[in-house]
Amino acid sequence: MGSETDGEKMPERRKFLLSMAKSLGAATVGGLAWTGYLDGKKAYPSVLRPPGAVTEEDFLARCTKCGICVEACPYQALILARPGDERPVGTPYFQMRENPCRMCRDIPCTAACPTGALDRMLVSDSDGQDGLKLNINKALIGLAVIDRETCIAYWGIQCDACYRACPLIDKALTVEPVRNERTGRHAILGPVIHSGHCTGCGMCERACVTKKAAVFVLPRTMAMGESSNRYIKGWESSDEERMNEAPEETRTVTPRSEKSPMDYLNKDGF
Amino acid sequence: MISAIRNNRYLILRRISQVGIMLLFVCGNLLGWKVLAGNLSSSRVMGMVPLTDPFAVLQIFASRHLVSADALTGAVIVALFFGLFAGRAFCSWVCPVNMVADLAGWLRKKAGPELDRAEPAISRKTRYWVIGVSLFVSLFTGIAAFEWISPISMLHRGLVFGIGTGWTLVLAVFLFDLLLIKQGFCGHLCPLGGFYSVMTRFSLLRVSHQKEKCSLCLKCLEICPERQVLQMVGRQSSAVLSGECTNCGRCIEVCRDGAMKFGGRSYVAKHDPTIA
Repeated sequence: MGSETDGEKMPERRKFLLSMAKSLGAATVGGLAWTGYLDGKKAYPSVLRPPGAVTEEDFLARCTKCGICVEACPYQALILARPGDERPVGTPYFQMRENPCRMCRDIPCTAACPTGALDRMLVSDSDGQDGLKLNINKALIGLAVIDRETCIAYWGIQCDACYRACPLIDKALTVEPVRNERTGRHAILGPVIHSGHCTGCGMCERACVTKKAAVFVLPRTMAMGESSNRYIKGWESSDEERMNEAPEETRTVTPRSEKSPMDYLNKDGF
Repeated sequence: MISAIRNNRYLILRRISQVGIMLLFVCGNLLGWKVLAGNLSSSRVMGMVPLTDPFAVLQIFASRHLVSADALTGAVIVALFFGLFAGRAFCSWVCPVNMVADLAGWLRKKAGPELDRAEPAISRKTRYWVIGVSLFVSLFTGIAAFEWISPISMLHRGLVFGIGTGWTLVLAVFLFDLLLIKQGFCGHLCPLGGFYSVMTRFSLLRVSHQKEKCSLCLKCLEICPERQVLQMVGRQSSAVLSGECTNCGRCIEVCRDGAMKFGGRSYVAKHDPTIA
C-alpha cells in the first residue's frame, strides 16, 4: 500500500479521499447548524401538554406529531402547534383561556397516543390485580396560579367564578376567609389552589372574569419550587419520618466550621 | 381522450392515491371518519391497525428513547409492506411533496431544454449523507431531527391540522426544484426517500425492461425522476433493481414499444436468454 506500483491509481484514490473529505466537511457543517437550530426550537418551557404526558424532554423525543390525540379530544381543546404558534411545531398543547381540558374519565387523548408520549400509566390507578384503571384526577397538565393583586376576590369583591368552575371543587380550589385590612370590618373570600389536587385542567382560567385571567395554569416545573431535603416540616409525622433516613453527618464542613463556635466567640474583642 | 387516460394511467392513479389518502386524513380530523386518523407520521387505520413512519422511529431510537409497542408495530407493518412488496412507492404514491416536486419539474421542462438538461450541482448520494447526519443530530439533540424540519411533515400535517407559516418551507422546496436543481429535493436531498431506497433494496414489485421490444427512443429516461436506475434500457432485459426507483410507472406510460411493464423481481439466480 502506498508503494510506487500504485502510482497510477493515486489520482483515483486521491479524488475519492478528497470527495469524502468534502462530503464529511459539508455534513459536519450541516449537522452543527441543524443541531443549533433544533436546540433553539425545543426550548419552550411554558407548553401545557395533554394529560399523561411524560416529562417534556421525553415528550419531545417520543411525540411523532401525528395529531391523533388532537383528533381524539371530543371538545377540540387540544391544538397541534402550527409553525408560527411559538410552540414546538406539530406537538399538542392547550390554551386554557380559550378551551380548557374537560377531564374526560376515559381520557381519549391519552388512550389514543400511539407512541407512548402520552403514557396511560401516569393517569391510572392499579386496580389491585394486573389491570390499570384510568383516573383523570391523577393528571398533571400544570398547576393553577393565582395573582392575588389582580384577583378581584382579594379586593373584597364577592367573586367565586374559578371556585365554581373547578371540577375538583373544595379539593383543588377552596375559598378561605381572610380579614379585609382596608375596611377592618369585612371578610375577603379568597380562592386558594392546592397543588396536591389541582390537575391544571384550566377550567378556572377560562372562568376568571378579569380582563386577563388572574388565575392561570403554568406547567408544574414553572409554577413550583423545590424545597431542599435538608429541611423538615415540624410537627408533621409523615415528614418527620424523613429524619430517620437522614445520614449521620449532615453538617457542612468549611475551614471555619472545623472549629467550634466557642473558639471564635471567645476571641479578643468579644 | 381514452388514449390520454391510457397514456397517463399510472399518473392518474397516483394522484387519486395521493389526494385520496390526504382527504381521508382531513376527513378523519374534521368529520371524525375512522378510516385514517392522524397523519403520515403516525396513523391508525379503521381505529385499529397502527401505522408509523419507520424512519421517524429510527430517529427516535437514535435519540436514545424508546417508543411504545404500538408505534413499533406500526413501523414494522409499513417497513414490511414497502420493503418486501411495494418498493419505494411511498414517494410517488403517498407523499404529497411528490405533487409539489412534479409541478416544479413540469414547469422546469416547459421553461426550456437548457434548464431541463442543466447538470445538477449536488450528487444523488447526498440523501444518504443526510440520513447519517439526521441520526447523529438526533443523538446529540435527543429529538428526532428530521421530523422537526421535514417539509414532508410540514405539508401533510399542515393539510390536516392547519399549516401556519409552514407553507414557506413547501414553497422553498418548490423553488429549489424549479430554479436550482432538477428533482432537487426528492431525488437528491430527502433522507426519507433515501431511507426508503435502502429499505426497499430487495422488494418484489419492480418495473421490468424487455430489450428486444425497445426502439431506443429513450422517452423513459427523459421522464424518469431517478434516471440512473434505468441504466439497463436498450442494453439488457432485466428488472429495475435499484431501490431508488419509486415505482411511479411513468416509464411504462411513455413507452410506445411496450418494453416496460410492472412485474415481480426474480430472487433466484438470473438466466437471461437474450444475453446467452
